[in-house]
Amino acid sequence: MRIALFITCYNDTLFPETGIAAVRVLERLGHTVEFPEAQTCCGQMHYNTGYQAEALPLVRRFVHIFQNYEVICVPSSSCVAMMREHYEKIAIAAGDEKLQAAVVALLPRIYEFTELLVHRLGVEDVGATYPHRVTYHASCHSLRSLHVGDVPLRLLQKVRGIDLVPLEGLEQCCGFGGTFAIKNADVSGAMLEEKLQCIQKTQAEICTACDNSCLMHLQGAMHRQHASVRTVHIAQILANDAPSSTKLKGNL
Amino acid sequence: MAPVTEHAAQDFPTAALPLLHNAQLRSNVRHATDVIQGKRFRVVHEMPDWQLLRDAGQRIRQHALEYLDGYLEQFEHHCIAAGGHVHWARDAAEANRIVLQLARNETGRVIKIKSMTTEEIGLNRALEAAGMQPIETDLAELIVQLGHDKPSHIVVPALHKNRHEIRELFARTMNLPELGDRPEDLTEAARVYLRQQFLTTPIAVSGANFLIAETGGVCIVESEGNGRMCLTLPQKLITIAGIDKILPRFRDLEVFLQLLPRSATGERMNPYNSLWTGVRPGDGPQEFHVVLLDNRRTEVLRDPESRETLHCIRCGACQNACPVYRQTGGHAYNSVYAGPIGAILSPQLALMKSSQSLPYASSLCGACYEVCPVKINIPEILIHLRGRVVEGQPKLIRALHPEAVAMRAMQWIFLSQTRLKLAQWLGRIAQRPFIRRSGWIEKLPGILGGWTRTRDLRPLPEQSFRAWFQKHNPSSAEAPHD
Repeated sequence: MRIALFITCYNDTLFPETGIAAVRVLERLGHTVEFPEAQTCCGQMHYNTGYQAEALPLVRRFVHIFQNYEVICVPSSSCVAMMREHYEKIAIAAGDEKLQAAVVALLPRIYEFTELLVHRLGVEDVGATYPHRVTYHASCHSLRSLHVGDVPLRLLQKVRGIDLVPLEGLEQCCGFGGTFAIKNADVSGAMLEEKLQCIQKTQAEICTACDNSCLMHLQGAMHRQHASVRTVHIAQILANDAPSSTKLKGNL
Repeated sequence: MAPVTEHAAQDFPTAALPLLHNAQLRSNVRHATDVIQGKRFRVVHEMPDWQLLRDAGQRIRQHALEYLDGYLEQFEHHCIAAGGHVHWARDAAEANRIVLQLARNETGRVIKIKSMTTEEIGLNRALEAAGMQPIETDLAELIVQLGHDKPSHIVVPALHKNRHEIRELFARTMNLPELGDRPEDLTEAARVYLRQQFLTTPIAVSGANFLIAETGGVCIVESEGNGRMCLTLPQKLITIAGIDKILPRFRDLEVFLQLLPRSATGERMNPYNSLWTGVRPGDGPQEFHVVLLDNRRTEVLRDPESRETLHCIRCGACQNACPVYRQTGGHAYNSVYAGPIGAILSPQLALMKSSQSLPYASSLCGACYEVCPVKINIPEILIHLRGRVVEGQPKLIRALHPEAVAMRAMQWIFLSQTRLKLAQWLGRIAQRPFIRRSGWIEKLPGILGGWTRTRDLRPLPEQSFRAWFQKHNPSSAEAPHD
């Protein structure tokens, strides 16, 4: 299958290893990954911060670039949530019926990375090996906007050698929240601290999630506090296929 | 200026700061919200038709607000027919004036049932300014009042206090140095204090949970029975209710008397459910007044994107579920209505002229929407109100504010892949002075400094994903878009 990858602006810029991992997993499963070069950003940061007029051209741009692809993979649930929850509304607010129709036609073809694997490609065992103690953090957008449920966990459970430990307070926000992390830095930090304590209680080496945004925030505090736990996007765990490898392909 | 806007000078991040350093308060808030949430979870999940009830609740509220004018007149008509008096108040000042005129009596006191609406209009201060003494009879409101404090939660206004703190307060204000700190001791002290007030005060002031258009009836639910005392013992009862409190039919209570207690206190039913219509000779207050308060609710109704804010039945479930509220408690919101519902209601009641930091006091995690018994999409409204805040900024601020400039710059970059690539390249150079020996960025200037207050930042890697992909699969690169 030909799969178009929307890498998202921050993965492109800050976490290329996540995109590389997603490509490796999909290619290993026999699919062809395409990368429409003109892609940039879904507009979420602008929209959620109140700059809705500024978001509109970015929405148009995304729809224009991806409207002819059959399957679109996005390794970030918050960007997918932006599209599913707001794109049509944005088109309606702009009074652009053509854009609205294009959005409606496009949305069913957009999948978050783990959704794509399980719901579209019907795979749970992607042939990964990852001999580490791992805890899974459910990002709010994956949990409450995409309703991915246990999809990421089903993928992780099939990984060889993994020691998957449940996270206490799974449904509680880590405090990232986009520009919230900067505009309300102190409250965000307090939420982060509580999440970090739960993560450390698991004694996991690795905390994973479907969103590098939460993970960047968590990893930032882990690094500041010299914590032994680190973060790795779920795609990187699923890409790890060397059975003997104990080297972590993580956000080092 | 209306009371909701009085502390507008201090925004949420500033007001939150001292609270974040108050370990006792944070532990009280965490404990209380955890307990209530646990109870709520059990009694909500035992209901096979909870989602259908939420749907019904949402539709009834939607309908009631859509035909609000008609239902209000219907309520007025039936209330008057049953012997009640109906007053219309455009704003807080008018409502306070009406209540003051009605409340004057020889004792100089009125007893009060817990009411957020009277908090909203600052009734206690207005009564005190006129030389009268309002006496809160809800245990938690009494604690707040005796401590010259402010409510921090819609349903549990003294949630930020633990029983040791309450013991100290009672011992001091009621002159009971020997008072113990068991719940029984505290309740007994309050009971003795309040009984005297119930028996000697001729006038009570209440809020309302629901107004029934079809009958002209008023409904109040509570846990303690102190409200019931206020509703039955005095000669005169004055009820203040927002015009949004209307339910069309008596039978709608079937839905709301299930949704409200389970969401608010995690009870299957409230211990006291009071319903009264007008007056009845020889039974309860012989004079009954309802003050119907607008106080900008009709302005909230004007915006179709956010009017469902008025669906709220003040259960407080969103506050208990909110991870932001959990860290700060209610006082950080500097508004009568705290938590997620306060973050959308207060700025709208202030016509977006103050409380503008509140729509940003959320990580948009969606926990509030999930628990809301009438399905108010709070995250969507928060985003919408953020848009109204940005739109409403003066032109000069919009042009020069660092955040607005950054947003425009980012948009300009994102509208071209060439510019994005250039920005990534520039970012790698610009970050060099900030990278510490650990290889990470530990301090950033300007608005980005918020990030490095509690977190480090991994620098931009040498190669972007798009650069990697081009090498990985040179053939798949497509014609540039811009």
